[in-house]
Amino acid sequence: MLLIVCPYCGERPEIEFSYGGEAHLVRPKDPASLGDAEWADYLYARSNPKGVHAERWRHTHGCARFFNALRDTLSDRFLATYRIGEQRPDLA
Amino acid sequence: MPPDRAALARLPAASRFILRGKPAAVTAAGNVFGIGLPEQACRAAVAADRAALWLGPDEWLLLAPESEGAELGATLARAMAGAAHSLVDVSHRQIAIEVSGPNAEAMLNAGCPLDLDPGAFPVGMCTRTVLAKAEIVLWRTMPLCFRVEVSRSFAAYVWRLLEGASREFGPQPKRCGE
Repeated sequence: MLLIVCPYCGERPEIEFSYGGEAHLVRPKDPASLGDAEWADYLYARSNPKGVHAERWRHTHGCARFFNALRDTLSDRFLATYRIGEQRPDLA
Repeated sequence: MPPDRAALARLPAASRFILRGKPAAVTAAGNVFGIGLPEQACRAAVAADRAALWLGPDEWLLLAPESEGAELGATLARAMAGAAHSLVDVSHRQIAIEVSGPNAEAMLNAGCPLDLDPGAFPVGMCTRTVLAKAEIVLWRTMPLCFRVEVSRSFAAYVWRLLEGASREFGPQPKRCGE
């Protein structure tokens, strides 16, 4: 079973978690001033990389908190997990 | 401790509160509750017949005897007045099942993926987790004894699942939960 390190609870089985989409997306300050294309871009366009991806996860059946993770989409390896509000860790 | 190698028992009704709040409210609540709410992740604090279980970084489950519920709720709310918090009485939302005996870990592992070895899950550790398709709060109260808190709508499912798992370890439990 894939183990994910929750920043609060530690190493826990994958089935306790749920995926929350790409991390670090910032909602535009004034959506009304945006054109349709820009708004659609914010809502739907995602980076979808092959490789390291910053994404949100929620420890739904645990502490129930959201956190961020760096996961390699090619190998499905979790490279780092960190709390919401913390800087994205530098893997180099 | 029951002599059975793997025993199931329904625990008596209790008062339960879910408390969420910032440190000011949490400290005030701990003072009147009689137990400082644990700050360490996944740990429970016990004093007399009350317990405080860490569920999340700002969330606790408070357990007390059923008869103290109404007064306790009012006392906690008074103590935290003025500090942002959320206190919800969930006494009737869930029931408690005790899983005990030398095979308690194996019974729970029939549906729970956590490592329940005493080294990884010592006495006093508690956490929300899953038991097959149900969400539970699991708390190791003694070396061979766990308390399972489960929503009442899932209670029959969890009971039968554990009962099925216990058959592997001898006669069926004699004390029925329902």
